Amino acid sequence: MVCTLAACARPPAQPPHLHWYVFDEQSGAFAAAARRCSEESGGRYEIVLAPLPTDADQQREQLVRRLAAGDPDIAIIGMDVIWTAELAAAGWILPWEGEAARQARAGRLASSVQSASYDGRLWGVPFTTNTQLLWYRTDRVAKPPATWDQMLTTAEGLGTHGTIEAQGERYEGLTVFFVSLLASAGGQVLSADGRSVSLAPGPTRRALEIMQRLATSSVADPGLATAREDQGRLAFEQGGPSFMLNYTYVWPSAHADAPAVAAHMGWARWPAVIPGRPSRVTLGGINLGIGAYTRHPKLAFDAASCLASAPSQRLAAERGGLPPTLTTLYDEPPIRRVFPFAEVLRETLRDAVQRPQTPLYADLSLAISHTLHPMRAIDPIRDVARLRAAVGRALRSEGLL
Amino acid sequence: MRPRWSAEQRLAWLLCAPAVTAMLVVTAYPMLYALWLSLFRYDLRFPGERHFAGLANYAAVLTSEVWWRALLNTLMITVGSVALELVLGMVFALVMHRALVGRRAVRTGLLVPYGIITVVAAMSWRFAFDPTTGFVNGLLGLHAAWLAERWSAFFVIIQTEVWKTTPFMALLLLAGLTLVPEELLRAARVDGAGAWQRFFRITLPQMRPVILVALLFRTLDAFRIFDTVYVQTRGAQDTATVSLVGYDTLITRLNLGLGSAVSVLIFVCVVLIAVLYIKGFGLDLTARGRGR
Repeated sequence: MVCTLAACARPPAQPPHLHWYVFDEQSGAFAAAARRCSEESGGRYEIVLAPLPTDADQQREQLVRRLAAGDPDIAIIGMDVIWTAELAAAGWILPWEGEAARQARAGRLASSVQSASYDGRLWGVPFTTNTQLLWYRTDRVAKPPATWDQMLTTAEGLGTHGTIEAQGERYEGLTVFFVSLLASAGGQVLSADGRSVSLAPGPTRRALEIMQRLATSSVADPGLATAREDQGRLAFEQGGPSFMLNYTYVWPSAHADAPAVAAHMGWARWPAVIPGRPSRVTLGGINLGIGAYTRHPKLAFDAASCLASAPSQRLAAERGGLPPTLTTLYDEPPIRRVFPFAEVLRETLRDAVQRPQTPLYADLSLAISHTLHPMRAIDPIRDVARLRAAVGRALRSEGLL
Repeated sequence: MRPRWSAEQRLAWLLCAPAVTAMLVVTAYPMLYALWLSLFRYDLRFPGERHFAGLANYAAVLTSEVWWRALLNTLMITVGSVALELVLGMVFALVMHRALVGRRAVRTGLLVPYGIITVVAAMSWRFAFDPTTGFVNGLLGLHAAWLAERWSAFFVIIQTEVWKTTPFMALLLLAGLTLVPEELLRAARVDGAGAWQRFFRITLPQMRPVILVALLFRTLDAFRIFDTVYVQTRGAQDTATVSLVGYDTLITRLNLGLGSAVSVLIFVCVVLIAVLYIKGFGLDLTARGRGR
């Protein structure tokens, strides 16, 4: 490019914009992290938030439509852990290699790194994580139940206050519930290579038995068939139920909305299915991936590394209540104040289970939630076969769902 | 023998040409492309695995329980909403036709729902029927979760459709009412026919072509229902319609082959409905029969 001396000496009018497509975080923690990294870059780039809907299904729909059309505007993607395989196999995100990959793995939870990996490569840097705990009323239950059988028996003994809040609507949350139960029973949805159906009859039937027993028990919420995380949270905050399986955001929420309930709110690890064998709960969270069509891949990798670094994770944890993926942060007092349950959380995350890592995950999840809804109609013996057939069809992308 | 083209006819075709070209580009091309895609196993997530599959996609759709259930749901919504709209639309048309005072205000007032975007209408009714934010439960003294049960969800969907599109029906029928010769009605009155007799024996038969056109338009429209169901239930509680199945396959699962097959089958259904009206009920869209 030919330019006069004066024009060349002038600094560029504006650093390149890197759009960060991520769910619309309400506390402003993501915006603060983006600002911090933009400033730290010294004018090399500016991160601009492109907020997506809060519903994970709608986030994915909007993103894949743009990615399939090769949108160069997408630089950084806040990827739900379940998208890694799909986006990677389609060639819509760039792999992390060399030094960047080493840094992206360093000091982070193994399960989160695993969630960003597919086909032997790393496709994102783990940013935040999440998983469910068991929340219970300390004024009604002396000791948290260790197993599902104990919990159901204890709850039934509490009469009208025994309600257990769980996710029973026909959506991703039902798949999550099933995967947690199945893994805790020692089973898995797909074989290790992700190409064929596993769903061993023993563990699968055990998981379905618990779902059916919960849904037909007197302690099931009457609205279980349409309950998502938030309905459970609201019901628990009303003070009626004694147990709830839910993510960590219910803790700050209860303190803000229902201090009387929060004063008697205890936490424990998700109940086990097999006595003596700790539960394995489904992993959630966000990894940062780089769009394959971005105009500035190198800058995007740098920006994503900064966004997932310790200062940004502290912001996300302290302001947004999103658990970090850097393990040492769990020992820091300010983080412990946000997550007094940090120890149980870290242990749960250490043993967490991945949802099936296959490019066809979206289909698979539809197959599972459609087959198992409503939970009260599950017939454990018959439905093991139905579930295997439905998951098999989804894996071969056959037919409608 | 083919009649020779007059200069006038040639001019007519020339004048039509831009419109015909535009129709070919925006309507015929996407339709043919969908037909072509429907013959392939083609998933956007696996562009490398694209291969010709013949009619396998159609076989997969037509042997699927999901498709037939969705078709049944769609037909229930179509028949339910169009039947109610016809009756209510006729009442509104008569009111608009016979209104003596404030004719303009009545007509404008009745048309307001039609001016509201479907998504907005669907949202409003979803909130109206919501157990915590809605007014419907309070009004009826109920504690029902309307959208959580199958039949009440159908009721909400159908009544949203009826609320939204009855004005359209009324407008078409109003145009038909003006076609009924006034002298015929007066003559019948002189002969001693009552209001009901005049309505059923003269007005309705005279309006038959208009009613059929209105029904055809609304049936085709109702059969393709998407936004109301998407907003209100997203197909849960077994309320999925064929358009929603198409959306799930094409947009959520990115399965272009299978999704295109669903789209083509919806198109075939629409054609069948049109044929039923034209052949079965003797609807004459060009109205040349009476013109000559």
